[in-house]
Amino acid sequence: MSGARAVRAVKADRSRLPAPRTSPALPFPAIEKATLESGMRVWTVRHTQVPLVAFMLLVRRGAASDPAGKDGLAAVTADMLDEGSGERSAIEIHEALARLGAQFDTDIGSDATVASVSVLSRFSQRALGLLSDMIVRPALRAEDFARVRQLRLHRLTQLRDMPGALADRAFLRLLYGAHPYGHSPIGSEATLAAMTIDDVRAFHARAIRPAVATLIAVGDCDHDHVVRLAAEAFGDWSGGAGLDASDGAPVPQAPAITVVPRPRAPQSELRIGHVSAARSTPDYHALVVANTILGGQFVSRINLNLREHKGLTYGARTSFEFRRLAGPFALQASVATNGTAVAIRESIGEIAGIRGERPVTADELALGIAALTRGYARNFETGEQIGRAAMQLALYDLPDDYFQQFVPRIEAVTADDVSRVTARHLDPSRLVTVVVGDLDAIGAELASLAEAAPAVLSPDSI
Amino acid sequence: MNISFTKETLANGLEVLLHEDHACPIVAVNLWYHVGSKNEHPGHTGFAHLFEHLMFEGSEHHDKGYFQPLQGAGATLNGSTNADRTNYWEVVPTGALELALWMESDRMGYLLPALTQAKFANQRDVVLNERRQNYENRPYGLAPMALLAALFPDDHPYHWTTIGEIADLQRVQLDEVHAFFRRYYHPANASIALAGDVDAGEALALVEQYFGEIDPGDAVEPVGASAGLQHDVRIRFEDRVELPRLYLAWLTPAMFADGDADLDLATDLLANGKTSRLYRRLVFDERIATDVSASQNSREIAGYSQITATAAPGHTLAELETAIFEEIARLAADGPTDDEIERGRVQAEAQFMFRLQTVGGFGGKSDQLNAYNVFLHDPAYFDRDLARYQTVTSASLGAAVGRYLDPRRRVTLSIVPEGRAALAAADSAVAVVS
Repeated sequence: MSGARAVRAVKADRSRLPAPRTSPALPFPAIEKATLESGMRVWTVRHTQVPLVAFMLLVRRGAASDPAGKDGLAAVTADMLDEGSGERSAIEIHEALARLGAQFDTDIGSDATVASVSVLSRFSQRALGLLSDMIVRPALRAEDFARVRQLRLHRLTQLRDMPGALADRAFLRLLYGAHPYGHSPIGSEATLAAMTIDDVRAFHARAIRPAVATLIAVGDCDHDHVVRLAAEAFGDWSGGAGLDASDGAPVPQAPAITVVPRPRAPQSELRIGHVSAARSTPDYHALVVANTILGGQFVSRINLNLREHKGLTYGARTSFEFRRLAGPFALQASVATNGTAVAIRESIGEIAGIRGERPVTADELALGIAALTRGYARNFETGEQIGRAAMQLALYDLPDDYFQQFVPRIEAVTADDVSRVTARHLDPSRLVTVVVGDLDAIGAELASLAEAAPAVLSPDSI
Repeated sequence: MNISFTKETLANGLEVLLHEDHACPIVAVNLWYHVGSKNEHPGHTGFAHLFEHLMFEGSEHHDKGYFQPLQGAGATLNGSTNADRTNYWEVVPTGALELALWMESDRMGYLLPALTQAKFANQRDVVLNERRQNYENRPYGLAPMALLAALFPDDHPYHWTTIGEIADLQRVQLDEVHAFFRRYYHPANASIALAGDVDAGEALALVEQYFGEIDPGDAVEPVGASAGLQHDVRIRFEDRVELPRLYLAWLTPAMFADGDADLDLATDLLANGKTSRLYRRLVFDERIATDVSASQNSREIAGYSQITATAAPGHTLAELETAIFEEIARLAADGPTDDEIERGRVQAEAQFMFRLQTVGGFGGKSDQLNAYNVFLHDPAYFDRDLARYQTVTSASLGAAVGRYLDPRRRVTLSIVPEGRAALAAADSAVAVVS
């Protein structure tokens, strides 16, 4: 068969890579906005590639609003939203969603709770009706709460065996202590065990309110029509801004290295970082560029070092988690047990390097900026992507032209800017390292990394 | 619901699929090689996937990392390997299509001169770390190894997982890499799909310009193998987990074969989401399980269905096993209700739409075109694929459940906490997994 095949005689020019041509820009689509009497905002974006509509209801209250001693309340409340409404049981609510072919999801973070439903556009009205039933009129029955809480307790039990989840939870606690960001949304065994359905009802009444809610609809839909449907569906929702998160307690300084023992673990799960910048920082764009170069892409300094040069990991990355209050900077990687100390030393060296003795080069800067800007259009291909982008505007009070401004603002970042903002927002002397790994195998080596011996935190105490 | 496309075949055998969609100024480049872990042999497993890693380490005319020029052009890119195929994709801004084709064609035509022992050794370490991270150091992470090994005989190419055996990965030599490349990585064993902001004619000319010169290579013979379970294979192993978990698995029809869509819907109806029969019974009403899930995993030459449930504290895997088989028997005897069938249909329609929202990446239109082209030689299969689901009836679904989810011919795997072997389902033999 191959013998009959012909090969093109003229060979392509492979002496150099073809330079990319300029690509058309994709303006971020217009957001049409309305505000209902209740204060709930309704934002729509027309996106008609496929006959789908994505609805997202953002409430600017999340796990950071958990009252003292009730860690996990916001999350369990979010989990109770789809557990029945009016006469309908949890199962019946989900059967109704399934008849629409809907994708339904709730998502909880520190600063927000989001319920989203995506459907074929012909089911828009019914989808909005169901969404409002769940958000505004959840049944919040004691019997359902008992079951949901029990499942969450089982989940917590299982998380004890997941190195990544252990590392995340230990890291947050060490970084933030009693601050509203110091616990993961799921809470703890003790706080969940003490919680009651009355706590959930009170939290729902005080935190899930129209004055802090934005409904975003993206797809094959008309603004006026969506506003009319939303006014009908959410017409009886009322209440002012209600409960808010506290501004945050001062954060503690944790030991340099903490080990969560996992005997015989073949890898060590690492988190390295400290409390850093809020979403509102004027240094946002420069930090995004800095992070791209340091650990935000495949060819970042950290990934090339730990994966491509040393073969210690499947992948390593860094991120600034920008939130309403100062969020964490974190490096994360899962590394071979016998390379744990090397990986930590190299990681801290890279963080120190970019803010000090090894500032970004012109090539690195150009690559980082190009990676962030040239393919920017692909971030807005689907209705769901556009909706998530619009949600950022609603959550962080960003201006409507934020996405138009993103590319020029990133392009304006200089190497000096990167040095300045990394020096300001990264501090090697404050870095906290969490290792979930085999203490017997790595303890001695870790002791050589810091002045004090590593602290040890039992998995059961997290 | 169909998407428009054109299909051309270059003189060297490379199949080219082109789909225009000008909504967003991006192009998806999606290249499938019809090779996966199914083409490996015992003692040499994990190779197709390790090879995928090596494809990102540079080729003769660009002997540097593969990511840098493409990311610098604003692309996102990745690749993946499964039992049946390996795919590579880039999603690039419109103006960077030629760069992506240059890069993809250089590693198809000119990989070996740039492939050194040092790169090979480094990526083997990376893959061993990938295996530790995603399988060994993850609770229940070795379940796929145990299930596939019990479902398929030793010499069947679905007997092992795509990540491969540790010992095999440690043993593999560079000369095997060269032989593998020559055998599988060439135009006669590949299909490329371009979807997005392109002119089909111009795009085809660019593909011809960059790929046309590559030697066709020898056609690859299809892999054939058969498997059959004669009884209930009951196995167990201990793992660092808190709660015991039961896995049930059956041999089922291959991808697109009769019964595949019935079982896909049946497994959804049994155990996916809060409306499913097993969720309702095990998790919602009786509360004997913390979670339950199911899937029909259809592959090119065979399939397997799987149901997984974790026992709630104080409950046994025996309780789960009994309840699950009662529900299977009821579904087989009575079939689904009209409401279940109707929900299955509308969900299938919606799922198709969700899948076609993007031009590429993992999934999207370019990847779907390639899937239909490589497995069925029929990239226009969209409508008929959806029709497979729309024509399932209560009777056909019930019959497929009765025939394939047979309690007498299955694998029953228990994974239990360390030191708690007694929590396994009765009569289970110790399985050796690594």
